[in-house]
Amino acid sequence: MARELWKGNEALAEAAVRAGAEAFFGYPITPQTELLEYMARRMPELGRTFLQAESEIAAIHMVYGAACAGVRALSSSSSPGISLMQEGLSYLAGSEVPCVLVDIMRGGPGLGNIQPSQSDYFQLTRSAGHGDFHPLVLAPSTVQEAVDLMYASFDLAFGWRTLVILAGDGTLGQMMEPVEMPPMRALAVERPDWALTGAAGRSPRVISSLYLDAAELEQSNLRLQAKLQQMAATQQRWESFCVEDADYLVVAFGTVARIAQSAVRAARRAGIRVGLFRPVTLWPYPRQPLDAICPQLRGVLVVEMNGGQMVEDVRCVVRERVPVRFLGHLGGVIPMPDEIEAELAQLVSLSGRAAFS
Amino acid sequence: METSIVVSGFGGQGALLAGQLLAHAALASGLEVTWIPSYGPEMRGGTAHCTVVVGDEPIGAPLVRHPECVVALNLPSVDKYEPLVAAGGLLVYDSTLVQRPVERVDLCAVAVPASEVAQRFGSPRLANLVLLGALLALRPVVTLEAMGAALRDHLPERHADLLQNNLEALHAGAALGKG
Repeated sequence: MARELWKGNEALAEAAVRAGAEAFFGYPITPQTELLEYMARRMPELGRTFLQAESEIAAIHMVYGAACAGVRALSSSSSPGISLMQEGLSYLAGSEVPCVLVDIMRGGPGLGNIQPSQSDYFQLTRSAGHGDFHPLVLAPSTVQEAVDLMYASFDLAFGWRTLVILAGDGTLGQMMEPVEMPPMRALAVERPDWALTGAAGRSPRVISSLYLDAAELEQSNLRLQAKLQQMAATQQRWESFCVEDADYLVVAFGTVARIAQSAVRAARRAGIRVGLFRPVTLWPYPRQPLDAICPQLRGVLVVEMNGGQMVEDVRCVVRERVPVRFLGHLGGVIPMPDEIEAELAQLVSLSGRAAFS
Repeated sequence: METSIVVSGFGGQGALLAGQLLAHAALASGLEVTWIPSYGPEMRGGTAHCTVVVGDEPIGAPLVRHPECVVALNLPSVDKYEPLVAAGGLLVYDSTLVQRPVERVDLCAVAVPASEVAQRFGSPRLANLVLLGALLALRPVVTLEAMGAALRDHLPERHADLLQNNLEALHAGAALGKG
């Protein structure tokens, strides 16, 4: 199929449709609204469910309900809306019901603004709701990758009975790029063996996150933890660029990673042996592959559109082996390649003196 | 090799559409491309701009601090982008609406009476195509033929009756750019 220009939000929506999404529930919020708008037109056209809920809280609970029936359901929102959804996300996690959620992040805290941001990193990877769990968090950096990850996300969600969150930012949602859309999949006809499909001819099934007995709840949690450990061991995704001979490494995700790639190319032309490490999964964080690069490095630069969130994961991996510098912009300001280059030059001069920042 | 182009104007002047058409033409020409709009609490009459990056390798940063080419549809756009155009870059602007001279001498400033020319083809709203034509005459990021094909394929259906006027405006702009 030929490549076509797609806007990020609409491409995500079409990819979900092609991946077999049967129901979408959501509530509009910039800079994600085109996803919902597209679904409002596209889902009914295919005889599938689109419903604009009265709030994000309602939307995520509708997703929960549909997903309990084994339906491939999704929602999408942007930062403040994700905060509202946290109760539902925790219930989904507690009852191990799979679903897909898109967060097209904007500046915060509070209402913040509608400009691009990556400041939901902690929220998505550490505290998507109360209780002990992590969603699987995927962070595409191009519209094509957003499509590919969305296409894979329902299989991941249902395979692991987990919440999958696609974390983009306003830039990814609003920009247009060439995309090759994957083929349309047939809708699932069989429901999973845990789904609530009516108990005709079988004993009833119960989906709940309520365990009043402490020992029972601990057992449920331990099962969940074991699954998360297995996911952490097998689901790390990442991409590296020019790392083979790199003395220095830039670590960035999503939109910032592609901006950093321009900076890495320019710094290479200026003679700095620098590479780029881009986590694709924010949880589980690709610790092993990053750790494997560390011994050859003299310094690391982390760039994010937040006050320094992923940098904590990077420091956990790098430890005190080499200096880790951080460049961040907040509130919707987007870092530019030239300032990343300038930071790199700083890093080179500092680590040349074997100084730890 | 990458070229960055900013198209900027009042909301309603077709800055975003002109950028999108350019992006479609680039993709159809086998190039890599990104298009990104300014988005914000904007309204009709407010400013709107988009950045298009065209290259022969996958595009990294979709935004640039110093664009190589700027198409300015109004005075606020010239005010904003004159200081930002890369040295040696190109600033194509509508001299019907912008009556002040461009002061920088380290860039190529091209005054095109785009609104006036557009009026000849039936609507001042074709000024975006006139300026795009002038830009492409000076920086052939894509050919005029590819641009024409993009217009045929992607002009919103509600404007289909204006295709011929759009094509003529594009070519008139190209002639002025060359001149």
